[in-house]
Amino acid sequence: MAIKTEPFVVNFGPQHPSTHGVFRMRMTLDGEVVVDMEPVFGYLHRGIEKLAEGRTYTQDIPFTDRMDYLASMTNNFAYVLAAEKLAGVAVPERAEYLRVIMAELQRIASHIIAVGTFLNDCGAFVTPFMYMMREREKILDLFDMVCGQRLTYNYMRIGGVSHDIPEEFMPALDKFIREMPGFIDEYDQLLADNEILLARAKGVGILPKKLAINISASGPVLRASGVNWDIRKVNPYSVYDRFEFDVPLGSAGDSYDRYRVRVQEMRQSVRIIRQAMEQLPEGEVWNRMPLRLRPPAGEAYAHIEAPRGELGFYLVSDHSATPYRFHVRAPTLINLTALRDMIIGWKVADAIIIFGSIDICLGEVDR
Amino acid sequence: MATFNPDLILFNYRAAALPPDWPINYWFHWVVFVIIIIAFALLMVMAFIYLERRGIGRLQIRLGPNRVGPFGILQPVADAIKILIKEDIIPARADKVVHWLAPVVAFTPALMIFAVIPFQDGALLADLNIGILYIVAVSSVGVVGVFMAAWACNNKFSLIGAMRTVAQIVSYEIPMGLAIIGVVLVAGSLSMNQIVTSQNIPFILLQPLGFLIFFLSACAEINRTPFDLMEADSEVVDGYHIEYSGMKFAMFYLAEYVEALAISAIITTLFLGGWKGPLLPPWMWFLIKVVLVFAVMFWVRGTIPRVRVDQLMAFAWKCLLPLALINLFITGIEIIVLPEALPWPIIFLNLAIMAVLVLLWSKLFRLGGGRVEV
Repeated sequence: MAIKTEPFVVNFGPQHPSTHGVFRMRMTLDGEVVVDMEPVFGYLHRGIEKLAEGRTYTQDIPFTDRMDYLASMTNNFAYVLAAEKLAGVAVPERAEYLRVIMAELQRIASHIIAVGTFLNDCGAFVTPFMYMMREREKILDLFDMVCGQRLTYNYMRIGGVSHDIPEEFMPALDKFIREMPGFIDEYDQLLADNEILLARAKGVGILPKKLAINISASGPVLRASGVNWDIRKVNPYSVYDRFEFDVPLGSAGDSYDRYRVRVQEMRQSVRIIRQAMEQLPEGEVWNRMPLRLRPPAGEAYAHIEAPRGELGFYLVSDHSATPYRFHVRAPTLINLTALRDMIIGWKVADAIIIFGSIDICLGEVDR
Repeated sequence: MATFNPDLILFNYRAAALPPDWPINYWFHWVVFVIIIIAFALLMVMAFIYLERRGIGRLQIRLGPNRVGPFGILQPVADAIKILIKEDIIPARADKVVHWLAPVVAFTPALMIFAVIPFQDGALLADLNIGILYIVAVSSVGVVGVFMAAWACNNKFSLIGAMRTVAQIVSYEIPMGLAIIGVVLVAGSLSMNQIVTSQNIPFILLQPLGFLIFFLSACAEINRTPFDLMEADSEVVDGYHIEYSGMKFAMFYLAEYVEALAISAIITTLFLGGWKGPLLPPWMWFLIKVVLVFAVMFWVRGTIPRVRVDQLMAFAWKCLLPLALINLFITGIEIIVLPEALPWPIIFLNLAIMAVLVLLWSKLFRLGGGRVEV
């Protein structure tokens, strides 16, 4: 006798512990299997792009903090790069190095959250998450030293950075950089070869290379699928062409590869910071600009390799004090478009960890 | 513990209570033991909750509760008070009668298990000659309460959680029962007290594979990590008790921990020699072993991730069930062929067999299940 079953619809989110914010997945389930999924977002929409058009170029920097609030430094970085390109402003060398150090520290902090929450979604009752947060605290303390903030830094300025580093920063950073590889080994020991994690994440949620390119995915999601595309290498900005580092690549493009790529990237970031510390020159950190900067009419696009992918800012100037157009290429929003293809056919539990492995930040998706 | 008056416990109720011409003694025995069991269960649950929260805190490099009372030991009391004065919410479209009944149905069987747990030689409410069979029967009733709760809530998350639970508990009862039969064969009795008295060596040594199977399936029975699928908070947000609040929620929470306590007590009785032990009084040995077994459970909880639902089923049917059957087969052969053999050769033989089988299965067995074409 065949039992008659019919699919039913379950709303995962916007209030759900595993949606990393206020994302909503409208899943059609057949038993445990996801047969259809409709992503719904926009619950955190604040109209940042429009708001930014009403403020001056300098006043727009804090808005960028509040997009990807887990990686504010890199958001600042991408925005000021675009604004500098638009206005044709030169940046002191020391400021370039400080920006790189901050961006790479931010990458470690952001990947810590990504990996920790991913393992949490796998059901490892917050133990790996707590271990990883311990190091994130140290990074936040470092950021606190340079700019007095722990989450929304507002550190970078058009033409440099807002403050030079204080005396105690370099010893603290040096200590952190010496300890960090050991801590990354510890993260690996916790769960990397765990049988259950392998069974849960290996081969689950495969994003094929071709699809990844077609949806213009970027960042660890793209590199886990085996595409060697890192803006720091293919289109070096700031002083990235002066550092030696590898681009970790995955092969299968599954959730496990995305997790491994992030852990490997943390190691590379440590390498970059170490080189930047050695090469750090003396001098000015801020080529001061007028507060009401009026760039010549025109447009500029600058992109960087943010922790979550290619973060780009597109600015159009009409020679007024405010941008005529302020557009963000948000990597998480674009990576999220692959979600439906990756989830369908998997179980509910897989859907959660596939979603977790994309590592989105709703502040950036919805803006 | 205050409830363990040694004078009462040392009194041999088995001999004294059963003669039918002593009805007062009989009822006295009942009242005393029901009080002891309830007090024991509730106090131990509080101790367990405190231990687990502190222990997992340590595992997770944080402090755990340390504000209420010295070292935070009054935290469970504070939680209990909080939960008692919380509003009881029944969802609008819920089935009210079932919603009320479910916590009771879930909680009572967990408590009933203790009727046959020997705290000391002969110190148990009812020395049933089919004690272990009674436990297997009673412990399966709790799942009815869980399913009632999930169904009454009229919530999709709880329904998914409950569907998982029913499949899980039905599947894991089979290897669990087969592992118990191994013990029963060695002990030659179904009575819990006689199983303990026949353990000159703890059965964990004579039945190592049986212990492993029993421990894993017991963890699945009571939904501890890595088998906590029914309340997986990252997936189905606490599953069946998602719509419960106040004291009714507390009943589920209690039931969960009383079950954990019961499983610890059963493992202690079946495999770790129960109340047997040198120097210390027997009830203290019993308590120490129970807490140790529980400590292993929360250690596992703080360490490893959760399995997926199809992997969970595959593990029960493809891994635990064949191993349990093999274990039963080997135990039977040993009892027939070597009934009078010295224990030590058998212990080493069984440990070797366990090692070989576990290695073999870990090579052969892969947690399966993949993408479904839709």
